[in-house]
Amino acid sequence: MKAAIRKVAVFVEETHTEMDRKIAPPTRRAAAVAVIENPFAGKYTEDLSDLMTIGEELGELLTTKAVAALGIPANTVESYGKAAAVGENGELEHAAAILHPKLGAPARRVLGKGAALIPSNKKRGGLGVVLDIPLGHKDAAFVRSHFDGMEVRLNDAPRANEIMVAVAVTDSGRPLPRVGGLTKDQIKGEDGLR
Amino acid sequence: MPEVRIRKRLTVLEEIFHEGGPVVTTPLKRAAALAIIHNPYAAKYVPDIAGFMDDLKPLGLSLAKTLVDVLGGDPKTIEGYGKGAIVGSSGEIEHGALWHVPGGYAMREVLGGAKAIVASTKKVGGPGTRLDVPITHINASYVRSHFDAMEVGLNDAPRADELLLALVMTTGPRIHARVGGLKASEIKGEDGLR
Repeated sequence: MKAAIRKVAVFVEETHTEMDRKIAPPTRRAAAVAVIENPFAGKYTEDLSDLMTIGEELGELLTTKAVAALGIPANTVESYGKAAAVGENGELEHAAAILHPKLGAPARRVLGKGAALIPSNKKRGGLGVVLDIPLGHKDAAFVRSHFDGMEVRLNDAPRANEIMVAVAVTDSGRPLPRVGGLTKDQIKGEDGLR
Repeated sequence: MPEVRIRKRLTVLEEIFHEGGPVVTTPLKRAAALAIIHNPYAAKYVPDIAGFMDDLKPLGLSLAKTLVDVLGGDPKTIEGYGKGAIVGSSGEIEHGALWHVPGGYAMREVLGGAKAIVASTKKVGGPGTRLDVPITHINASYVRSHFDAMEVGLNDAPRADELLLALVMTTGPRIHARVGGLKASEIKGEDGLR
Protein backbone atom coordinates (compact mmCIF):
# COMPACT_ATOMS: atom_id res chain seq x y z
CA MET A 1 0.00 0.00 0.00
CA LYS A 2 1.26 3.42 -0.92
CA ALA A 3 -0.62 5.17 1.89
CA ALA A 4 1.38 5.40 5.15
CA ILE A 5 -1.45 5.12 7.65
CA ARG A 6 -0.95 6.33 11.22
CA LYS A 7 -4.45 5.57 12.39
CA VAL A 8 -7.93 4.68 11.27
CA ALA A 9 -11.11 5.62 13.12
CA VAL A 10 -14.65 4.45 12.48
CA PHE A 11 -17.71 6.25 13.80
CA VAL A 12 -21.23 4.79 13.89
CA GLU A 13 -24.19 6.96 14.80
CA GLU A 14 -27.71 5.70 15.43
CA THR A 15 -30.67 8.02 15.97
CA HIS A 16 -33.38 6.36 18.07
CA THR A 17 -35.61 9.36 18.77
CA GLU A 18 -35.87 12.89 17.44
CA MET A 19 -38.11 15.50 19.06
CA ASP A 20 -39.49 12.67 21.20
CA ARG A 21 -40.61 10.73 18.15
CA LYS A 22 -39.44 7.18 17.95
CA ILE A 23 -37.33 6.40 14.89
CA ALA A 24 -37.89 2.72 14.14
CA PRO A 25 -35.66 1.32 12.92
CA PRO A 26 -33.07 3.89 13.99
CA THR A 27 -31.39 5.83 11.18
CA ARG A 28 -27.74 4.81 11.04
CA ARG A 29 -24.63 6.21 9.45
CA ALA A 30 -20.96 5.41 9.62
CA ALA A 31 -17.79 7.28 8.77
CA ALA A 32 -14.35 5.77 8.37
CA VAL A 33 -11.41 8.13 8.66
CA ALA A 34 -7.75 7.47 7.84
CA VAL A 35 -4.89 9.64 9.01
CA ILE A 36 -2.00 9.34 6.56
CA GLU A 37 1.36 10.89 5.94
CA ASN A 38 1.30 13.63 3.31
CA PRO A 39 4.17 12.72 0.96
CA PHE A 40 4.18 16.23 -0.48
CA ALA A 41 4.04 18.27 2.73
CA GLY A 42 6.21 21.35 2.88
CA LYS A 43 6.98 21.75 -0.82
CA TYR A 44 5.25 22.38 -4.12
CA THR A 45 5.04 19.24 -6.23
CA GLU A 46 3.66 19.39 -9.74
CA ASP A 47 2.80 15.72 -10.17
CA LEU A 48 0.29 14.55 -7.56
CA SER A 49 -0.30 11.09 -8.99
CA ASP A 50 0.96 9.34 -5.85
CA LEU A 51 -1.88 10.96 -3.93
CA MET A 52 -4.34 9.82 -6.57
CA THR A 53 -3.16 6.23 -6.04
CA ILE A 54 -3.52 6.73 -2.31
CA GLY A 55 -7.08 7.94 -2.93
CA GLU A 56 -7.80 4.75 -4.82
CA GLU A 57 -6.50 2.62 -1.94
CA LEU A 58 -8.43 4.58 0.64
CA GLY A 59 -11.63 4.49 -1.42
CA GLU A 60 -11.71 0.74 -1.03
CA LEU A 61 -10.41 0.57 2.54
CA LEU A 62 -12.61 3.26 4.05
CA THR A 63 -15.79 2.28 2.23
CA THR A 64 -15.29 -1.34 3.27
CA LYS A 65 -14.72 -0.36 6.90
CA ALA A 66 -17.70 2.00 7.03
CA VAL A 67 -20.06 -0.57 5.51
CA ALA A 68 -18.74 -3.27 7.87
CA ALA A 69 -19.36 -0.97 10.82
CA LEU A 70 -23.00 -0.62 9.79
CA GLY A 71 -23.18 -4.39 9.45
CA ILE A 72 -25.43 -4.28 6.40
CA PRO A 73 -25.07 -5.70 2.87
CA ALA A 74 -23.06 -3.17 0.85
CA ASN A 75 -25.77 -2.86 -1.79
CA THR A 76 -28.26 -1.59 0.80
CA VAL A 77 -26.26 1.55 1.54
CA GLU A 78 -28.48 4.53 0.72
CA SER A 79 -26.28 7.61 0.81
CA TYR A 80 -22.64 8.52 0.88
CA GLY A 81 -20.10 11.30 1.10
CA LYS A 82 -16.38 11.99 1.40
CA ALA A 83 -14.10 14.66 2.81
CA ALA A 84 -10.47 15.42 3.57
CA ALA A 85 -8.52 17.76 5.79
CA VAL A 86 -4.92 18.62 4.95
CA GLY A 87 -2.48 19.46 7.72
CA GLU A 88 -0.88 22.88 7.78
CA ASN A 89 2.18 21.96 5.68
CA GLY A 90 0.02 20.67 2.85
CA GLU A 91 -1.99 22.17 0.07
CA LEU A 92 -5.72 22.03 -0.63
CA GLU A 93 -4.84 20.46 -3.95
CA HIS A 94 -3.44 17.46 -2.06
CA ALA A 95 -6.92 16.77 -0.69
CA ALA A 96 -8.33 17.18 -4.19
CA ALA A 97 -5.84 14.65 -5.56
CA ILE A 98 -6.96 12.07 -3.03
CA LEU A 99 -10.68 12.69 -3.26
CA HIS A 100 -11.52 13.33 -6.87
CA PRO A 101 -9.61 11.37 -9.52
CA LYS A 102 -9.64 7.79 -8.19
CA LEU A 103 -11.38 7.38 -4.83
CA GLY A 104 -14.88 6.95 -6.24
CA ALA A 105 -14.40 3.88 -8.45
CA PRO A 106 -13.33 1.44 -5.72
CA ALA A 107 -15.95 2.89 -3.36
CA ARG A 108 -18.62 2.15 -5.95
CA ARG A 109 -17.20 -1.32 -6.50
CA VAL A 110 -17.65 -2.03 -2.81
CA LEU A 111 -21.23 -0.72 -2.90
CA GLY A 112 -22.22 -2.43 -6.13
CA LYS A 113 -23.63 0.82 -7.48
CA GLY A 114 -23.41 4.57 -6.91
CA ALA A 115 -24.69 6.42 -9.94
CA ALA A 116 -24.61 9.78 -8.17
CA LEU A 117 -21.67 12.07 -7.66
CA ILE A 118 -20.15 11.50 -4.22
CA PRO A 119 -20.66 14.81 -2.41
CA SER A 120 -17.44 16.10 -0.91
CA ASN A 121 -15.64 18.88 0.87
CA LYS A 122 -12.12 19.65 1.90
CA LYS A 123 -10.16 22.07 4.01
CA ARG A 124 -6.81 22.75 5.53
CA GLY A 125 -6.61 22.71 9.28
CA GLY A 126 -4.82 21.78 12.47
CA LEU A 127 -5.31 19.10 15.09
CA GLY A 128 -8.96 18.60 15.97
CA VAL A 129 -10.28 20.25 12.83
CA VAL A 130 -13.92 19.38 12.18
CA LEU A 131 -14.93 17.66 8.96
CA ASP A 132 -18.59 18.04 7.97
CA ILE A 133 -18.93 15.22 5.46
CA PRO A 134 -21.78 16.03 3.07
CA LEU A 135 -24.18 13.17 2.37
CA GLY A 136 -26.37 12.50 -0.65
CA HIS A 137 -28.30 9.54 -2.04
CA LYS A 138 -25.87 7.25 -3.82
CA ASP A 139 -27.96 6.67 -6.92
CA ALA A 140 -29.98 9.87 -7.29
CA ALA A 141 -28.53 13.13 -6.04
CA PHE A 142 -31.92 14.87 -5.94
CA VAL A 143 -33.42 12.66 -3.24
CA ARG A 144 -34.19 15.41 -0.76
CA SER A 145 -34.66 13.20 2.30
CA HIS A 146 -31.02 12.13 2.04
CA PHE A 147 -29.37 15.57 1.91
CA ASP A 148 -27.47 15.47 5.17
CA GLY A 149 -24.06 15.80 6.76
CA MET A 150 -22.02 13.98 9.36
CA GLU A 151 -19.48 15.65 11.59
CA VAL A 152 -16.27 13.83 12.47
CA ARG A 153 -13.15 14.98 14.23
CA LEU A 154 -10.05 13.48 15.81
CA ASN A 155 -8.31 15.47 18.49
CA ASP A 156 -4.83 14.41 17.35
CA ALA A 157 -5.14 14.86 13.59
CA PRO A 158 -4.14 16.08 11.13
CA ARG A 159 -0.61 16.87 12.20
CA ALA A 160 1.25 19.35 9.98
CA ASN A 161 2.51 16.66 7.60
CA GLU A 162 -0.63 14.55 7.54
CA ILE A 163 -3.92 14.28 5.68
CA MET A 164 -7.17 13.06 7.17
CA VAL A 165 -9.48 11.31 4.68
CA ALA A 166 -13.07 10.31 5.40
CA VAL A 167 -15.79 8.27 3.70
CA ALA A 168 -19.31 8.14 5.13
CA VAL A 169 -22.19 5.79 4.30
CA THR A 170 -25.74 5.46 5.65
CA ASP A 171 -28.66 3.06 5.67
CA SER A 172 -31.17 5.91 5.60
CA GLY A 173 -31.87 9.60 5.18
CA ARG A 174 -32.60 12.17 7.90
CA PRO A 175 -34.61 10.83 10.86
CA LEU A 176 -37.85 12.76 10.16
CA PRO A 177 -37.76 13.96 6.53
CA ARG A 178 -40.75 16.14 5.63
CA VAL A 179 -39.64 18.87 3.26
CA GLY A 180 -40.89 17.19 0.11
CA GLY A 181 -38.92 16.71 -3.09
CA LEU A 182 -37.92 13.50 -4.82
CA THR A 183 -38.35 10.44 -2.59
CA LYS A 184 -36.21 7.34 -2.74
CA ASP A 185 -39.04 5.14 -4.01
CA GLN A 186 -39.45 7.42 -7.05
CA ILE A 187 -35.90 7.25 -8.35
CA LYS A 188 -34.73 5.67 -11.58
CA GLY A 189 -31.09 5.65 -10.51
CA GLU A 190 -29.69 5.86 -14.02
CA ASP A 191 -28.32 9.35 -14.53
CA GLY A 192 -27.23 9.81 -10.91
CA LEU A 193 -29.63 12.68 -10.44
CA ARG A 194 -33.19 11.27 -10.29
CA MET B 1 -38.58 4.98 38.18
CA PRO B 2 -38.01 7.01 35.02
CA GLU B 3 -37.49 5.06 31.84
CA VAL B 4 -34.25 5.40 29.89
CA ARG B 5 -35.08 7.26 26.69
CA ILE B 6 -32.28 6.98 24.15
CA ARG B 7 -32.10 9.61 21.42
CA LYS B 8 -28.90 8.54 19.83
CA ARG B 9 -25.95 6.20 20.09
CA LEU B 10 -22.44 6.58 18.75
CA THR B 11 -19.57 4.14 18.60
CA VAL B 12 -16.04 5.16 17.72
CA LEU B 13 -13.27 2.71 16.91
CA GLU B 14 -9.68 3.86 16.52
CA GLU B 15 -6.91 1.65 15.17
CA ILE B 16 -3.47 3.12 15.80
CA PHE B 17 -0.51 1.86 13.79
CA HIS B 18 2.19 4.30 14.92
CA GLU B 19 2.77 7.79 16.20
CA GLY B 20 6.06 8.57 14.57
CA GLY B 21 7.86 5.49 15.93
CA PRO B 22 7.97 1.86 14.82
CA VAL B 23 4.89 0.74 12.89
CA VAL B 24 3.08 -2.18 14.54
CA THR B 25 1.43 -4.99 12.62
CA THR B 26 -1.40 -5.42 15.13
CA PRO B 27 -2.75 -1.94 15.77
CA LEU B 28 -3.68 -0.67 19.22
CA LYS B 29 -7.47 -0.40 19.26
CA ARG B 30 -9.45 2.06 21.31
CA ALA B 31 -13.21 2.26 21.24
CA ALA B 32 -15.86 4.47 22.78
CA ALA B 33 -19.59 3.82 23.04
CA LEU B 34 -21.87 6.77 23.76
CA ALA B 35 -25.57 7.03 24.48
CA ILE B 36 -27.50 10.28 24.45
CA ILE B 37 -30.47 9.94 26.77
CA HIS B 38 -33.16 12.17 28.18
CA ASN B 39 -32.26 13.55 31.63
CA PRO B 40 -35.35 12.81 33.73
CA TYR B 41 -34.18 15.29 36.37
CA ALA B 42 -33.48 18.27 34.12
CA ALA B 43 -34.65 21.79 35.03
CA LYS B 44 -35.47 21.10 38.66
CA TYR B 45 -33.80 19.96 41.85
CA VAL B 46 -34.84 16.41 42.65
CA PRO B 47 -33.53 15.17 46.00
CA ASP B 48 -33.87 11.47 45.37
CA ILE B 49 -32.23 10.41 42.12
CA ALA B 50 -30.25 7.29 43.08
CA GLY B 51 -32.86 4.84 41.81
CA PHE B 52 -32.04 5.83 38.24
CA MET B 53 -28.71 4.01 38.58
CA ASP B 54 -30.54 0.68 38.43
CA ASP B 55 -32.50 1.82 35.39
CA LEU B 56 -29.23 2.58 33.64
CA LYS B 57 -27.76 -0.89 34.14
CA PRO B 58 -29.17 -2.44 30.94
CA LEU B 59 -27.89 0.51 28.92
CA GLY B 60 -24.47 0.13 30.55
CA LEU B 61 -24.37 -3.54 29.64
CA SER B 62 -25.43 -2.80 26.10
CA LEU B 63 -22.68 -0.20 25.65
CA ALA B 64 -20.06 -2.47 27.25
CA LYS B 65 -21.01 -5.37 24.97
CA THR B 66 -20.88 -3.07 21.96
CA LEU B 67 -17.33 -2.10 22.90
CA VAL B 68 -16.17 -5.71 23.19
CA ASP B 69 -17.83 -6.45 19.85
CA VAL B 70 -16.21 -3.59 17.94
CA LEU B 71 -12.84 -4.41 19.52
CA GLY B 72 -12.97 -7.91 18.07
CA GLY B 73 -15.37 -9.85 20.28
CA ASP B 74 -13.02 -11.36 22.86
CA PRO B 75 -13.25 -9.83 26.38
CA LYS B 76 -9.78 -11.27 27.16
CA THR B 77 -8.17 -8.82 24.75
CA ILE B 78 -9.41 -5.77 26.67
CA GLU B 79 -6.68 -4.16 28.78
CA GLY B 80 -7.83 -0.63 29.55
CA TYR B 81 -11.08 1.10 30.39
CA GLY B 82 -12.69 4.35 31.45
CA LYS B 83 -16.01 6.13 31.61
CA GLY B 84 -17.46 9.59 31.51
CA ALA B 85 -20.56 11.73 31.26
CA ILE B 86 -21.59 15.14 29.97
CA VAL B 87 -24.68 16.68 31.54
CA GLY B 88 -26.75 19.08 29.40
CA SER B 89 -27.18 22.64 30.62
CA SER B 90 -30.49 22.06 32.43
CA GLY B 91 -28.97 19.36 34.58
CA GLU B 92 -26.49 19.26 37.45
CA ILE B 93 -23.14 17.54 37.78
CA GLU B 94 -24.70 15.09 40.24
CA HIS B 95 -26.76 13.66 37.39
CA GLY B 96 -23.50 12.71 35.68
CA ALA B 97 -22.48 10.90 38.84
CA LEU B 98 -25.41 8.53 38.30
CA TRP B 99 -23.26 6.85 35.64
CA HIS B 100 -20.49 5.69 38.03
CA VAL B 101 -22.21 2.55 39.29
CA PRO B 102 -24.02 1.27 36.18
CA GLY B 103 -21.13 2.15 33.86
CA GLY B 104 -18.51 0.49 36.01
CA TYR B 105 -20.68 -2.49 36.88
CA ALA B 106 -21.41 -3.12 33.22
CA MET B 107 -17.78 -3.20 32.12
CA ARG B 108 -16.75 -5.48 35.01
CA GLU B 109 -19.64 -7.78 34.19
CA VAL B 110 -18.74 -8.01 30.52
CA LEU B 111 -14.99 -8.36 31.18
CA GLY B 112 -15.47 -11.06 33.79
CA GLY B 113 -14.51 -9.15 36.94
CA ALA B 114 -11.90 -6.49 36.29
CA LYS B 115 -10.16 -5.39 39.50
CA ALA B 116 -9.19 -1.75 39.08
CA ILE B 117 -11.40 1.22 39.77
CA VAL B 118 -12.77 2.58 36.50
CA ALA B 119 -11.18 5.95 35.84
CA SER B 120 -13.82 8.58 35.11
CA THR B 121 -14.59 12.19 34.42
CA LYS B 122 -17.69 14.30 33.92
CA LYS B 123 -18.84 17.81 33.32
CA VAL B 124 -21.78 20.03 32.40
CA GLY B 125 -21.72 21.22 28.82
CA GLY B 126 -23.63 22.07 25.67
CA PRO B 127 -23.85 20.38 22.25
CA GLY B 128 -20.40 19.68 20.85
CA THR B 129 -18.69 19.61 24.24
CA ARG B 130 -15.69 17.30 24.17
CA LEU B 131 -14.84 14.99 27.04
CA ASP B 132 -11.40 13.49 27.61
CA VAL B 133 -12.27 10.12 29.07
CA PRO B 134 -9.39 8.81 31.20
CA ILE B 135 -8.22 5.24 30.68
CA THR B 136 -6.31 2.92 33.03
CA HIS B 137 -5.43 -0.78 33.15
CA ILE B 138 -8.45 -2.92 34.01
CA ASN B 139 -6.74 -4.89 36.79
CA ALA B 140 -4.07 -2.57 38.23
CA SER B 141 -4.47 1.20 38.27
CA TYR B 142 -0.72 1.84 38.54
CA VAL B 143 0.24 0.28 35.21
CA ARG B 144 1.91 3.31 33.67
CA SER B 145 1.87 2.14 30.05
CA HIS B 146 -1.93 2.04 30.09
CA PHE B 147 -2.57 5.58 31.37
CA ASP B 148 -4.34 7.04 28.38
CA ALA B 149 -7.39 9.06 27.39
CA MET B 150 -9.81 9.18 24.51
CA GLU B 151 -11.62 12.31 23.44
CA VAL B 152 -15.31 11.85 22.71
CA GLY B 153 -18.25 14.06 21.86
CA LEU B 154 -21.02 14.67 19.38
CA ASN B 155 -21.85 17.90 17.59
CA ASP B 156 -25.57 17.77 18.49
CA ALA B 157 -25.37 16.52 22.06
CA PRO B 158 -26.03 16.87 24.88
CA ARG B 159 -29.03 19.14 24.50
CA ALA B 160 -30.13 20.98 27.64
CA ASP B 161 -32.31 18.14 28.93
CA GLU B 162 -30.00 15.31 27.97
CA LEU B 163 -27.17 13.23 29.37
CA LEU B 164 -24.28 11.95 27.27
CA LEU B 165 -22.98 8.72 28.81
CA ALA B 166 -19.72 7.19 27.63
CA LEU B 167 -17.73 3.99 28.12
CA VAL B 168 -14.26 3.43 26.68
CA MET B 169 -12.10 0.32 26.29
CA THR B 170 -8.68 -0.31 24.78
CA THR B 171 -6.67 -3.37 23.74
CA GLY B 172 -3.28 -2.31 25.05
CA PRO B 173 -0.74 0.27 26.17
CA ARG B 174 -0.05 3.60 24.48
CA ILE B 175 1.38 2.91 21.07
CA HIS B 176 4.97 3.86 21.93
CA ALA B 177 4.82 3.51 25.76
CA ARG B 178 8.32 3.96 27.21
CA VAL B 179 8.26 5.98 30.43
CA GLY B 180 8.80 3.11 32.84
CA GLY B 181 6.71 2.39 35.92
CA LEU B 182 4.73 -0.72 36.76
CA LYS B 183 4.40 -3.01 33.75
CA ALA B 184 1.30 -5.00 32.87
CA SER B 185 3.46 -8.16 33.06
CA GLU B 186 4.37 -7.40 36.67
CA ILE B 187 0.96 -6.93 38.23
CA LYS B 188 -0.56 -9.13 40.93
CA GLY B 189 -4.08 -8.05 40.08
CA GLU B 190 -5.43 -8.52 43.57
CA ASP B 191 -6.03 -5.09 45.05
CA GLY B 192 -6.84 -3.32 41.78
CA LEU B 193 -3.79 -1.10 42.17
CA ARG B 194 -0.65 -3.19 41.45
